Amino acid sequence: MMIDRETRKRLFETVANRVIANADELTDLDRAIGDGDHGTNMRRGFEAVLAASDELAAKSFGESLKGVGTTLVMKVGGASGPLYGTLFLTLGKLLADDVSQEQLADAFAAAIEAVKARGKSEAGQKTMLDVCLPVLAELRERGAGLPARLKTTAKLAAEHTIPMRAIRGRASFLGERSIGHMDPGARSSALIVDAVADVMEGFA
Amino acid sequence: MSENVGIVIVSHSADVARGTALMVEQMVGREVPLGWCGGNPDGGLGTNVEAIMAAIDKAWSEKGVAILVDLGGAETNSEMAIEMLPESRRGRVVVCNAPVVEGAVMAATEAASGASLEVVRRTAEELTPA
Repeated sequence: MMIDRETRKRLFETVANRVIANADELTDLDRAIGDGDHGTNMRRGFEAVLAASDELAAKSFGESLKGVGTTLVMKVGGASGPLYGTLFLTLGKLLADDVSQEQLADAFAAAIEAVKARGKSEAGQKTMLDVCLPVLAELRERGAGLPARLKTTAKLAAEHTIPMRAIRGRASFLGERSIGHMDPGARSSALIVDAVADVMEGFA
Repeated sequence: MSENVGIVIVSHSADVARGTALMVEQMVGREVPLGWCGGNPDGGLGTNVEAIMAAIDKAWSEKGVAILVDLGGAETNSEMAIEMLPESRRGRVVVCNAPVVEGAVMAATEAASGASLEVVRRTAEELTPA
């Protein structure tokens, strides 16, 4: 896939609008098991991305992804800022304008490792990683219908965080009481994957 | 330029950060370079990388800076802020694993004695059960 300027702009705007449109749901999820600011924080970050989308898209894909990461780091105002910021910064370091599925998977794998280090977290702890890791596994699979497969995987993976007990983040303070709620970070990751898959479908 | 290690206080609440800074000043006056911040970029509860970087700059000492944080996001954002510092400063800033109020007062008192960054950090972290 060649990620040209127009595609970069569409990608950043689709992702930002998806997060902004679902910010209230993220806040509700976070209110149940956290400090209730995930939606407002993510909205603040992605509104800044949206406001800068022309300027960001004018740069190479790598530089523009780094720009998204830096914007999230500076604007989100919660732990999700450095976590998503690190994800996009790492992708930006590794991706060129012409991206194969394999290159995308390798870059995403490196970005997930960086997020693990930033959050001192692992799979199964009721976090965004519990969506990112299954999505990475799907991204490694060959075959038709990749965007649809990514969407389904992300949605189910977010739902699979419901019975998990939180080990990291504010939700971990609730112990057993964190069980029975979807993790807000897993949900925001699923939203972002869904929006990226929408843009990928445009290539098919 | 101060000869003592600097102290930075990062809370989700500007009131907590400011109150903690006042308690530190009560102990050490102006002997220790001090920076503090609290709140997200809109001024609500949260933390802000840009404000943390500014607080590190304000508390800068050639002997280094010890950061005291309250909850998870303050730690994650402080670690991010350290990584975004110029390379010459990056290795001389640490986040202490200690309660923010008690840790800041203990760390500052130790810093006022002229202790090294490592000793200041260890003193603050003695408050944390192993």
